[in-house]
Amino acid sequence: MWDYTDDVMDHFLKPRNVGYIEDADGVGEVGSLACGDALTFTFKLGDDGTIADAKFKTFGCASAVASSSVLTELVKGMTIEEAEKVTNDDIVDKLGGLPDQKMHCSVMGQEALEAAIANYRNKGKAVTPKEGKIICTCFGVTEEEIRKVVTEHGLTKAEQVTNFCKAGGGCGGCIGDIEKIIEEVQGAKAETAHTAAPVRPAKLTNIQKIQLVQQTINEQIRPALRADGGDIDLIDVDGNKVIVAFRGMCSQCKMAEFTMRDVVQARLKEFVSEDLVVEEEGKEDQHGGIK
Amino acid sequence: MTIVYMDNNATTKVAQEVVEEMLPYFTEFYGNPSSMHSFGGQVGKKVVEARQRIASLLGCTPDEIVFTSCGTESDNAAIRGVLESAGARRKIITSRIEHPAVLSTCRQLEAHGYMIVEIGVDKQGRLNLDELKDSVDENTALVTIMHANNETGVIFPIEEIAQLAKSKGVVFHTDAVQTVGKIPVNLKDSAIDLLSLSGHKLHGPKGVGVLYVRKGTRLTPFMVGGHQESGKRAGTENVPGIIALGKACQLAEQNIVHENTVVKDLRDRLEKKILETCTDSFVNGDTENRLPNTSNISFEFIEGESILMMLDMYGICASSGSACTSGSLEPSHVMRAMGVPFTAAHGSIRYSLSRYTTQQEVDFVAEKMPAIVNRLRELSPFVKT
Repeated sequence: MWDYTDDVMDHFLKPRNVGYIEDADGVGEVGSLACGDALTFTFKLGDDGTIADAKFKTFGCASAVASSSVLTELVKGMTIEEAEKVTNDDIVDKLGGLPDQKMHCSVMGQEALEAAIANYRNKGKAVTPKEGKIICTCFGVTEEEIRKVVTEHGLTKAEQVTNFCKAGGGCGGCIGDIEKIIEEVQGAKAETAHTAAPVRPAKLTNIQKIQLVQQTINEQIRPALRADGGDIDLIDVDGNKVIVAFRGMCSQCKMAEFTMRDVVQARLKEFVSEDLVVEEEGKEDQHGGIK
Repeated sequence: MTIVYMDNNATTKVAQEVVEEMLPYFTEFYGNPSSMHSFGGQVGKKVVEARQRIASLLGCTPDEIVFTSCGTESDNAAIRGVLESAGARRKIITSRIEHPAVLSTCRQLEAHGYMIVEIGVDKQGRLNLDELKDSVDENTALVTIMHANNETGVIFPIEEIAQLAKSKGVVFHTDAVQTVGKIPVNLKDSAIDLLSLSGHKLHGPKGVGVLYVRKGTRLTPFMVGGHQESGKRAGTENVPGIIALGKACQLAEQNIVHENTVVKDLRDRLEKKILETCTDSFVNGDTENRLPNTSNISFEFIEGESILMMLDMYGICASSGSACTSGSLEPSHVMRAMGVPFTAAHGSIRYSLSRYTTQQEVDFVAEKMPAIVNRLRELSPFVKT
């Protein structure tokens, strides 16, 4: 059960300004049935140039309805210039907060307002559909939209992006692309799923190191290779150089080089020591190690 | 506020008789059934009685009952235990509409080199039996198909599937968490090898379950340690839970006719009234082969969480297959597997009744629904007024 604030419940149970203004000056439609929420927002300007009336129709959960309702109250009496500055944070504040996973409901409010203002500026002409590369195909979210929520809200994790604009919340196939965008925007602040600081022993004796290497191969590496019909043996540990041999399918596999870097070396670095270099038996000289 | 509980496929109220039966085993008879003294031994006798009561409901022998901590543990123990004993066979056949206890277990095993085949369903949520027949082969270790689906209540022909598996020498497991106590289950003349059930779905407490293991089924224990449950499941018995489950099963056996007459009639009454009074609504799932207590209805153009929140204002408890209720962003995997259009999947509500449901409650829910649906449709941009 969601922990909704009293304001959210109040706006959900007694929504303000439900409807559709027939002779509206601006119309914004966002979302779709497939996505699970959708909002049509209309406004009418008064003689003084401020928003005299605003109405909404929303398909969605309690927080989507409440966000829409509060949006209509927020913008009434504003000039277009003032309304343009309204963000989803204003909606969230007015509601006394939203659960993290429901932030996208407030973003939908902001998007509908932006769409309606664009529609007004284009004098009722249909606003061109969104441009740019679609990153999340499940919910049709573009690179531009992801970049925007990341920038505006200082997001550092893909999970947060999902909360704000749904991207990555379907099949999850685009999480890697989302993380790349976060990295581009946030640089070092970006947190990818794999960068949680691994727990590694501070200092190892040689015996401990060898044992830990063997244990890591047994527990963390071998099952993954066996799943594809391959196997791996630890041949030797020489200082920080770990020498292994691929068996079974792995020994003939063209992808072995990637397995070596992305699985074997990555796991050993994660669980044993960042300084380790892994080499395949008999190929030490050819490769000179994988750096 | 009075609670009107129509979410019995999620969990049930513990029967008063069950509570009374279990309570003395917390403070008065708290001995360990494995102990050598008579203080513990008397508890052991009560556990034997519970085992007999459960065996009676299922139509099996008491030594085929293995107590676990829940339905999920039973499913995990069955699937993992069979695979460990399966030798070179590497394939598991299941369905797309299984409970996560089975589906997540299978998908995790896929990452460990097992091949998983997920059988699809049609628009009425019925299993594609041809696809199933084509998939079972000599590499198959296990077929695991639920007895009835928790969201739609659709019942699957598990006896037919069990026979098919048997003919190919494949072990068959069924997650019967939703069916035991609601429809008759008789394992005596059955080809089912393994069956999971859960205490809290049939008016027993949470934290106790059963895995039925047919004699002769090769199964490696999932939980090892002491010699409890004849070495099939280690760990000190949840004595009060087991005694409670025994009583719950005894009551379920007495109530099975009631479930399929009185409860079924109440469900039909609720469904009929809702379909009559709410436009653009329809039942999800095969109404011919369905649990007597379950009704899953889609209301088009409105969203399930909103409906639940409105019902909650009246103290009415139900569930939804909508995306929003789960915290994920997509509607339920069952609705999607059935190909229920998004317009309706987001607005699906499951009402699940029990022997404690009254006609007044049914009428109360049926009376509130049209106003809720109309109210939300007034808000919906997809309804043109």
